[in-house]
Amino acid sequence: MSGTIPSRAPSSELDTIPKLLLRNASRLAARPAYREKDLGIWQTWTWAQVRDEIRELAIGLYILGLKRGETVAIIGDNRPRLYWTFAAAQSIGAIPVPVYQDAVAAEMAYVLSHAEIALAVVENQEQVDKVLSLADQIPTLRRIVYEDPRGLKKYDHTRLHSFEEVQSLGRQELKTNPATDDWWHEEIAQGSGSDISVMLYTSGTTGQPKGVVLSHENLIRTAVNANAFDKLSEKEEIIAYLPMAWVGDHIFSYGQAFAAGFCVACPESLETAMEDRREIGPTFFFGPPRRFEAGLTDIVVRMQDASRLKRWMFDTFMRIARRSGEQILEGKPVPLSDRLLYWIGDKLVYAPLRNRLGLSRLKIGYTAGEAIGPEIFRFYRSLGINLKQLYGQTEATVYITMQPDGEIFADTVGPPAPDVDIRIADNGEVLFRGPGVFQHYHKNEAATAATKNADGWVHTGDAGFFDSRGHLVIIDRAKDVGHLNDGALLAPKYLENKLKFFPEVKEAVVFGDGRDFATMFINIDLVSVGNWAERNNVMYGSYQELAGHPEVYAMIERRVDEINAQLAQEPKMASSQIRRFLVLPKELDADDGELTRTQKVRRGFIADRYAPLIRALYDGSKECHIRTEVTFEDGRKGMIEADVRIVDMPTHQPMATALKEAAE
Amino acid sequence: MKADAALLDRTPLGALPEEREVLLAVENVSLSFGGVRAIRDVSFDIRKGEIRAIIGPNGAGKTSMLNVVNGFYHPQQGTITYKGRRRHQMRPYIAASQGIARTFQNVALFKGMSTLDNIMTGRTLKMRRGILAQAVYWGWSQKEEIRHREVVERIVDFLEIQHIRKTPVGKLPYGLQKRVELGRALATEPELLLLDEPMAGMNLEEKQDMSRFVLDVNDQLGTTIALIEHDMGVVMDLSDRVVVLDYGQKIADGTPEEVQNNQSVIDAYLGVAR
Repeated sequence: MSGTIPSRAPSSELDTIPKLLLRNASRLAARPAYREKDLGIWQTWTWAQVRDEIRELAIGLYILGLKRGETVAIIGDNRPRLYWTFAAAQSIGAIPVPVYQDAVAAEMAYVLSHAEIALAVVENQEQVDKVLSLADQIPTLRRIVYEDPRGLKKYDHTRLHSFEEVQSLGRQELKTNPATDDWWHEEIAQGSGSDISVMLYTSGTTGQPKGVVLSHENLIRTAVNANAFDKLSEKEEIIAYLPMAWVGDHIFSYGQAFAAGFCVACPESLETAMEDRREIGPTFFFGPPRRFEAGLTDIVVRMQDASRLKRWMFDTFMRIARRSGEQILEGKPVPLSDRLLYWIGDKLVYAPLRNRLGLSRLKIGYTAGEAIGPEIFRFYRSLGINLKQLYGQTEATVYITMQPDGEIFADTVGPPAPDVDIRIADNGEVLFRGPGVFQHYHKNEAATAATKNADGWVHTGDAGFFDSRGHLVIIDRAKDVGHLNDGALLAPKYLENKLKFFPEVKEAVVFGDGRDFATMFINIDLVSVGNWAERNNVMYGSYQELAGHPEVYAMIERRVDEINAQLAQEPKMASSQIRRFLVLPKELDADDGELTRTQKVRRGFIADRYAPLIRALYDGSKECHIRTEVTFEDGRKGMIEADVRIVDMPTHQPMATALKEAAE
Repeated sequence: MKADAALLDRTPLGALPEEREVLLAVENVSLSFGGVRAIRDVSFDIRKGEIRAIIGPNGAGKTSMLNVVNGFYHPQQGTITYKGRRRHQMRPYIAASQGIARTFQNVALFKGMSTLDNIMTGRTLKMRRGILAQAVYWGWSQKEEIRHREVVERIVDFLEIQHIRKTPVGKLPYGLQKRVELGRALATEPELLLLDEPMAGMNLEEKQDMSRFVLDVNDQLGTTIALIEHDMGVVMDLSDRVVVLDYGQKIADGTPEEVQNNQSVIDAYLGVAR
């Protein structure tokens, strides 16, 4: 990281991002590289223009004193100029460090001082204010460059520069001293694949964030592999709307864009991203599951208000899509009649829906991060949208597994990505090795050693297994995975997620670590179950009454049975079928400390609070009396009391045993 | 961003408020409706580039005062001097064409029209082509519309309402409607902007946003602002000088600190018997 090595021979391979920039500028000179909406009109820069912009910026930054090996913070929404800052810094050997733009000043302070930032390039006044307020905590920080001058006119400009100003410094220098251009190209030639390309701080659920150091080789090899995997070319368009500090955006909208030379469009603002997506029509798109969920909800809600004819069309053709849409997408045989109906449906329903979602031109869509509901996943695929899943993390430069076309399953994340090896440790933890394996954590050798071993295997911290098709299934965080007394794996979150995909279930809490079998608390979803009750003339006076209603119990019982049947199909999971469950008389609530503020179940707290219920789940009783405190919305506290019924569930025979018995 | 410069760059106003030139002066104005004396012999001035607040308890004559300033009401006595020209009464079209714009206490937008179209109506006075030419929409009138649309887009960018460009304003939450109304007033490129309770009915966050826009308009566009507001926190933070009315009379005039410590203002707000 410290300074240049003068003796190093310039390498001519395409092993750094700035070298890819030069290649794109000569080979794809007139092709669009970046788009941004200005005053309501999309503005486009070609690769040749982008090279010139980046060159001016790089020279300007150099004149401002940025040196090889120093770090540059990049803070703001996805803006072309901020993406260019990455390449400009890299071209002169500096290291970009993107920072989450919505972090408050105190959170930012740690990253900026830990990374020893020399220069910060930020989007607007808001970010300038944050960085200025931290200036005395970051002794290394010398200058701040801002993109949007609004509101900054009256600021002291001794250490503050506008983006324009920096670029014009570079422009001037190029004009007065023509050799500058050669100098810049030499600077780029000095870079090599093993140089540090970027430092990405992981949000870190525990402790301070860690700076993941990635080399150019990490980025380029992963990007090239991923582009080849999905046949992405310079013709793709992507819309960059996820935080630039997140590794996903850095690969999709920067690494892969430079490697393939495709076009990155930046939305006008976060609120317009959806609208802008419809205008751009990306061919490659990544969205977290909740985005796809929101898209589906939006359609369903709108359909409920649509005319009778439209509703009929939607229902009819969605039935056909569910039946054969996915097979058609995957090129599998489908009866001619269905093919014909699907064609008509495409004209009438699917194509307009794809357009509404802004996915008309989509070739590849990915989702990852958390489990996606199989219904949601299939809905998109049946419309002819090639939505796939991947599994990755910052330490892997994203890709650990990805689903190849034709092998898409809602419940797996796919086989290992190209050149990636995966191994499952004895405790169920997923380990990987591959071209994307990070270099080290910045200034944190202990954490590096704990995560990455000498042979290059990296601990993901996630537990998983390979199913019979060779696809990885991620079940939980490794530290949350427990064992039943017979030694079988128990992955609470995996089971809970399966149940939560049913609309009637709001929360589920699984117990069983160190016990003989798995049991479960269930929280019904008041909106969904309330609706159901209304339609089915089920009378109830309170949440508690609804939760204890025999018909509600019967419905939940059917759901749990479905899950058990699914679990029986998976040899590793068959033992953790739910034997007993109960429906909680009270909604789990963050105000009562049962959920975190981000709505995650606090298992330990719940186990303590409802200890009598857990005891009853395991002592065979049919009913249990519980008295517990609730906090009302206005902050008052009260007690609720209830007799909670406990249901015994039959278990399904595991598939493997069933086969064996059938054979005998 | 950089495109803002043209619209946003006006002469810098380095001087302190009290040294700046007077943009508008109201002298000895009285206004009555039949027997009701809404304004009694009030004089004050608004200086170039300042934010001037008009406050007072309900029925003190604040909105009447704004209506006098933009020519909607005609005072029986007194004079209004705007940009050096002294008038006995202002007329609304003179006010509008000479650079006075306003927003209203209750949002007065065209509910069925989009945000863009609403702001575009603010450009009407600046349009030079006749109805016929605009209907044909060719040549000059097309160019003219493109030019006006650009100004509107800069306002959209300035007020950060890109996401509601095409939404009918009737569907928007109140806070955003207020912002669109401010946008329409800005579209006239005013020198003096009159804001009648810009934060009324807003929640804290909306108030913070609106305050920031008011400051930005003043700071970036150099627009002089006169505002009526009930939220004292907002008034004290935003304004350079405050004039206080009570029962149609001026009872105080000065910086926020001076006004805050003025006994008659305290009495007026606490309702001390006179």
